[in-house]
Amino acid sequence: MARNVSTQRKIVVTVAAWAIGILIFFPILWTFLTSFKTEAQAIASPPLFLGFDWTLENYHEVQERSDYFKHFMNSVVISIGSTLLGLIIAIPSAWAMAFSPTPKTKDVLMWMLSTKMMPPVGVLVPMYLIFRNTGLLDTRLGLVIILTLINLPIIIWMLYTYFKEIPGEILEAARMDGASLAKEIIYVLTPMAIPGIASTVLLNIILAWNEAFWTLNLTASKAAPLTAFIASYSSPEGLFYAKLSAASTMAIAPILILGWFSQKQLVRGLTFGAVK
Amino acid sequence: MKLKTLLLGACSAVVLCGFANAETLTIATVNNGDMIRMQKLTDDFTSKNPDIQLEWVTLEENVLRQRVTTDIATKGGQYDVLTIGTYEVPIWAKQGWLLPLDNLGADYDVDDLLPAIRSGLTGDDGKLYAAPFYGESSMVMYRKDLFEKAGLTMPDAPTWEFIADAARKITDKNSEIYGICLRGKAGWGENMAFLTATANAFGARWFDENWKPQFDQPEWKNALDFYVKLMNDAGPPGASSNGFNENLALFQTGKCGMWIDATVAASFVTNPKESTVADKVGFALAPDTGLGKRGNWLWAWNLAIPAGTQKQAAAEKFVAWATGKEYLNLVAEKEGWANVPPGTRTSLYENPEYQKAAPFAKMTLDSINAADPKNPAVKPVPYVGVQFVAIPEFQGLGTAVGQQFSAALAGQVSVDQALQSAQQLAEREMTKAGYIK
Repeated sequence: MARNVSTQRKIVVTVAAWAIGILIFFPILWTFLTSFKTEAQAIASPPLFLGFDWTLENYHEVQERSDYFKHFMNSVVISIGSTLLGLIIAIPSAWAMAFSPTPKTKDVLMWMLSTKMMPPVGVLVPMYLIFRNTGLLDTRLGLVIILTLINLPIIIWMLYTYFKEIPGEILEAARMDGASLAKEIIYVLTPMAIPGIASTVLLNIILAWNEAFWTLNLTASKAAPLTAFIASYSSPEGLFYAKLSAASTMAIAPILILGWFSQKQLVRGLTFGAVK
Repeated sequence: MKLKTLLLGACSAVVLCGFANAETLTIATVNNGDMIRMQKLTDDFTSKNPDIQLEWVTLEENVLRQRVTTDIATKGGQYDVLTIGTYEVPIWAKQGWLLPLDNLGADYDVDDLLPAIRSGLTGDDGKLYAAPFYGESSMVMYRKDLFEKAGLTMPDAPTWEFIADAARKITDKNSEIYGICLRGKAGWGENMAFLTATANAFGARWFDENWKPQFDQPEWKNALDFYVKLMNDAGPPGASSNGFNENLALFQTGKCGMWIDATVAASFVTNPKESTVADKVGFALAPDTGLGKRGNWLWAWNLAIPAGTQKQAAAEKFVAWATGKEYLNLVAEKEGWANVPPGTRTSLYENPEYQKAAPFAKMTLDSINAADPKNPAVKPVPYVGVQFVAIPEFQGLGTAVGQQFSAALAGQVSVDQALQSAQQLAEREMTKAGYIK
């Protein structure tokens, strides 16, 4: 009897999991399918699911009209650059807060998070002026800096949580063995926190890849990443859904593939320390 | 040998200098068919001007508006040519953000520009601050087959009464045929463009001569009541979330008997590649109520040069090329007359080849000529703009009022409540901005 219930439960849970999975994935699947339709098929009513003449025309046109590779490279440089720069700053900060806390550490952490609470458009004009005066408008360096600053609170919070799980005694032992502070962080702490760091890196690359406010507002043509590439295919006056879908598919494909291959690492990192 | 080497060296230096001197113009533009076509044809410009290179920044309209506004307001200088709407031109010209277009060349023929469009782009000093790339108004697009079936004949200049009556007769909800599709999605450029223009025909206005909001007047009540009732009876379900694109999709898939919207839609709905009703579409002027104003708007996408540019001369050359007569011929030669950007030049409408290729040409011209941005309403107004009010506060206020009207269409609030809220919003905003005390 108990076994029966368990099988039933399994079926229900599996079906529910698949249903939720398909529900979440459906918009991406629909975008993918639409990218192979003609503009007329894209708005057909009732909607066409699979029974249409597949065409690569949209991809051809998108490729002809835009320099995909330039936008792609900008996205790669900006997302990886900002994540690495963020890590360089965040690892020592998280170390300090996890292993050498002061009574104000919690407040500092909360203050850092509070910077995420303001809508970014509130600081658009001052940021724009700073970028203009420092010559950072429409440069990859400028975007690396701004995305580092935006994602830094999240990186520090995530790393802080992971570092808290590591017993301080191990670090003490390293110190007893004569390790300097830098060696302690680089050779002892970092290797132990690799799963946590890996998931932080992945999550931040995804966040930076998808960031669409600053990357759209602080660039023009040279440093414009894939977000600008997609925005150039959206139009409130004219139905270009198939082309927009093709551009979106091209823009999300790299990050989707990265996420697909690293999902184990990502899930492991995100649930790291959940069970004590 | 030495001489040869020297000469070669000198030549390379000249070539290198040539490259170094080649100016790159950064052009911000919107993603619509005519602009994309222009990008494809830029070889013609660069071959005539080898010292000028073009870099395009194409963006969705609202993103473009935000980005270009930030750049011009902070004098960021990222762009050399901007694509801006009729709404921005008078405001930005007044702020000194745009350069007057005085040097577009001897053969530019500025007097050929359609007077209604030109007047919206001319500053108080009488100078042109932006050159129109394409212009549009609004008109009725209707299904000739459905009208025939219902025994109706669309007049060239219908009244709102006729439109409403016809819409109700055509509607067959069981077959998913809706008599009329109109904008309902909230936004100053979405439902408020349509409703402001419609309200003009009903005798309403946004503000009186002293900038006092007028939503508490009976004209607005008549207009909004009429619109909500008509849409409830003969509109598609979920109309409060329909904008231009949603209605275009509905019309192209044969679900609308009539659609009143931008004249630029005519080329979409008559294109057999995109539309299932391409050969069944007729056109008529936007309706009126007999008060002397038609509910048609006036809009143009224009090219302007920001005051912060360092490349004024090159930018002027480009603007003159893209908005000149020769460009129209170039498009006609490469893509056919039907694809020429409409609504900017009188000479285009006098061209028999264009008249033949574009069946909607006369209606577009009549619609544009029927709009008067300086006297948009039946009663006098202190502002410029047919379907908008050319003041900086309008974007925010228009969208807030649009949300109220969209809610009324969705049945979340009554027409009276929506108008009351709109009046309060407008009074608060106009007091804050110092127009009224």
